[in-house]
Amino acid sequence: MRRRGFLRGLAAAPVASTLAAPAIAQAAARVVVVGGGFAGATCARRLAAAGIATTLVEPATSYLACPFSNLVVAGMRDLEEQRFGFDGLRAAGVAVAAQAASVIDPLARRVALTDGIVLAYDRLVLAPGVEIRLDALPGYDAAATEAMPHAWRAGPQTTLLRAQLEAMDDGGVVAMSIPANPYRCPPGPYERASLVAHYLSTRKPRSRLLLLDAKDGFSKQRLFEKAWRELYPGIVEWVPLSRGGRVIEVQARERVLVAEFERHRVDVANVIPPQRAAPIAREAGVADRSGWCPVDPATFESRLQPGIHVIGDAAVMGAMPKSAFAANAQAKACAEVIAALLAGRAPAEPRLINTCYSLVAPGTGISVAGVYRPAANGLLAEIPGSGGTSPLDAPPEDRRLEASHAEAWFAAIAAETYG
Amino acid sequence: MEGRPHRRPSAARPGAAAARLLAAALWCCVPGAAFASGDAEAPPGASACTGCHVPAVRATSIPPIHGRPAEELAAALRGYRSGERHGTLMDRIAKGFSVEELDALAAFFAKPAP
Repeated sequence: MRRRGFLRGLAAAPVASTLAAPAIAQAAARVVVVGGGFAGATCARRLAAAGIATTLVEPATSYLACPFSNLVVAGMRDLEEQRFGFDGLRAAGVAVAAQAASVIDPLARRVALTDGIVLAYDRLVLAPGVEIRLDALPGYDAAATEAMPHAWRAGPQTTLLRAQLEAMDDGGVVAMSIPANPYRCPPGPYERASLVAHYLSTRKPRSRLLLLDAKDGFSKQRLFEKAWRELYPGIVEWVPLSRGGRVIEVQARERVLVAEFERHRVDVANVIPPQRAAPIAREAGVADRSGWCPVDPATFESRLQPGIHVIGDAAVMGAMPKSAFAANAQAKACAEVIAALLAGRAPAEPRLINTCYSLVAPGTGISVAGVYRPAANGLLAEIPGSGGTSPLDAPPEDRRLEASHAEAWFAAIAAETYG
Repeated sequence: MEGRPHRRPSAARPGAAAARLLAAALWCCVPGAAFASGDAEAPPGASACTGCHVPAVRATSIPPIHGRPAEELAAALRGYRSGERHGTLMDRIAKGFSVEELDALAAFFAKPAP
């Protein structure tokens, strides 16, 4: 409650009709970070460690992480293992405001929270993540998510999809609708397909898994397809865009997915709809017509609103995918940039790394990695010769080791971000 | 205490002074609050390495790098870059850096973790 007093006393003032806060707010926390996922929490923590007064704005009292949540879907992991609280951030000196940001005034450099408190900032970091669009695929609205879960944000949707798989009879058809790029976690749908196929092959072996895809190619494709052939023969069928894979309408009550050339009536449907930056990004004026947030790749500062940095899944990061690893790496680089700017120094050019592990079966892992720097086209570009996927012919020992590394990575990023 | 928040005096409300003192105490107590300048010396890419190699997380399949001898780290990184050393992943990461950049990373992580 002491920190609450600190917030109210120093960083805060009630909202008037506009965000014209009294002078006391000028002495507020200098950096406000909106969003407590891997991007926002990491950035807030790094800023506080650098001695910068930092407030993290996050309405949830804990964060449910997406990496490894495909194991929850497939019945091999408990959802609670995905949950992380913010006590570690508080202990590291971050002021945590358990509110949502409701209004952002980029000119006055103020954020209003839903409880009426106004925070002034010198630099604002937006890490709001994605909005799961319920207006983009005809028939897929809020009610439809109960019949056809997306499970693309860890939580009740994850356990709902798992329950539907468990309730399905052997011999059933499971279908996934997979969106066009860009979306959160490019290899995620295919890892999910692998682990669901593993569940079906061991528990309901007469069942089938139909992948209806709005793309003709995907991350780690050859590795996934090899695993499906070898581990789950006759179970997984991938239908790409060019063969009518794009789902153009859903009929949730009938469990029908309408693809371009065919209607599929299925027993369990996992619909991963198109996405865009979360609504607060539009409110702040940092999202463009694409729905995502263009940023300067050297500073992560918005191309549309000075003083606001956007990191993680909501931002346009060029060649860098929307992943937890990428979000964490961008967050640390962004904290270094902000520390330099506030100290009147020129920020160093960031060098970023991404690594995405996927499990094709329990204990069998593959990865894709990349090293990135700002390029002349104004985006992050992969450094030629770096990165790529695990070899197609890697020995089984390396596949086992990559599964161990995946677990070790998750423990590491969770400790660095929330521990 | 670089970057410590500057607070303008204000008589806006009686509790503010006490809160200000408390806030000052909080920021003074932040562990590592003084190493902001140290971060500025981190070579390119260093902050990304700790996405996997976290000092607090030991006894996993990902080896620790903090506090290891610089020569050992540099030899490993150079080996990954040239392809002489087999890795499941680090060979792909090391190729995104020059030899000089890898040596700078090795020297940086050889220092004890903050």
